[in-house]
Amino acid sequence: MTRSRFQQGLDDLKERLLRMGGLAEQAIERSVEAYTTRDAKYCQMVLTRESEINQSEREIDELALDLLAMQQPMAIDLRFILAVVKINADLERVGDQAVNITQRVLDLISEPQVELPVDIPRMAASVSAMVQRALESFLDGKAEVAEAVLQMDNVVDRMKDEAFVVLVQRMINEPHTTRAALNVLLIARNLERIADHATNIAEDVIFWVRGADVRHGGAHYPA
Amino acid sequence: MGVGIEVRGLNAYYGKLLALKSIDMTVAPNQVTAVIGPSGCGKSTFVRCLNRMHETIPEARAEGTVIVGDMNVYDNDPVEVRRRIGMVFQKPNPFPTMSIYGNVAAGLKLNGFRNRKLIDELVERSLKLAALWDEVKDELHKKSGASLSGGQQQRLCIARSLAVEPDILLMDEPASALDPISTSKIEELIFQLKQHYTVVIVTHNMQQAARVAEFTGFFLMGSLIEYEKTEKIFTTPSDKRTEDYITGRFG
Repeated sequence: MTRSRFQQGLDDLKERLLRMGGLAEQAIERSVEAYTTRDAKYCQMVLTRESEINQSEREIDELALDLLAMQQPMAIDLRFILAVVKINADLERVGDQAVNITQRVLDLISEPQVELPVDIPRMAASVSAMVQRALESFLDGKAEVAEAVLQMDNVVDRMKDEAFVVLVQRMINEPHTTRAALNVLLIARNLERIADHATNIAEDVIFWVRGADVRHGGAHYPA
Repeated sequence: MGVGIEVRGLNAYYGKLLALKSIDMTVAPNQVTAVIGPSGCGKSTFVRCLNRMHETIPEARAEGTVIVGDMNVYDNDPVEVRRRIGMVFQKPNPFPTMSIYGNVAAGLKLNGFRNRKLIDELVERSLKLAALWDEVKDELHKKSGASLSGGQQQRLCIARSLAVEPDILLMDEPASALDPISTSKIEELIFQLKQHYTVVIVTHNMQQAARVAEFTGFFLMGSLIEYEKTEKIFTTPSDKRTEDYITGRFG
């Protein structure tokens, strides 16, 4: 394989990962749509397309492994492929979290609707924005966009903590709402996990672009 | 034990052509330092300046300071310099008519060694250090150096360099003519040798530099562009030109 074919391989890897990112974003969107509309058809869509995400994950890993074995990439190329492999795993987990949300929604809509003081669509909008911006930072190789994603994670964490407090209170005060409240609490937790995956993606983009490991709140450059 | 090398303001010329431009480099003792760069960048010229081989080419000259341990290379007798700084070349070059023993002993005899027992000991020690002893010990006098395989010949040349007990071992693409198994033996050997010697290796094979060297210097058009710990050079180089070269975008 010549270098131009290697470059083609890298471009292919990027395109496939972005396509997978699109699938993951769509899964989040539909799972939240299912929550908002209480329409099981959206749940079905998420469940059906999960296998596509899993298939993408396998193909991306395979291509990355081939490039590592055949091209012995160095420096920014090596960091790129490493970042892709990790982002790939994060996106697959995002797909899983969307499936978890639909399962909670299916349980919610099997019971009469209960009004709960938690704004899931608002939290979902913040989470989706994080995933979208993380993928945008990957598309353009922009570490500063990735840094903005890291800042957004605190907001989502706070929303989840607030949801936890009000929902537990509701369960204590109105035990008959426990099942619904628990489902919504789990959805909030799934969304917060998705935000964590978006954060991981942003950290991997910073590693790819700058060679800096910013995980766990530090900026570590190789000695 | 190996000693360090201090290079300051080293210029090298071929006639009027300036092939190395004011190189400053500190080579750590008992470490492997790789020199990489595209063809014609000056990497071989650089190592040949370290033991004054460069000036053996007509019209070639060098200026600047090279200090090896306590020896100022350019203030000393070139023969003594080359005894203390051994060199192994790309193509194994054993003396074809000499036995294996004769090849290793040649440098010793040139340096005035006459005591047969001492020469025997040094030949055995050198062949052991070069990881060749077990393969040739029964045929030391029977077989000629040229009858060995390419990989064995290269290790024989390493043994020949080690026999005169140098401080530094320079290697100019020592494995580029060898198959992968012989290459891996040479690389393993380089790793072992740094316990006793300081090794400077020129290589076109970046994976090889990454595997064997603690430090790597990248040369381009006669200048030392970047000199860093090897893992830094190959994961997060500071200079765009280094990155372009090691990722294959030019050169």
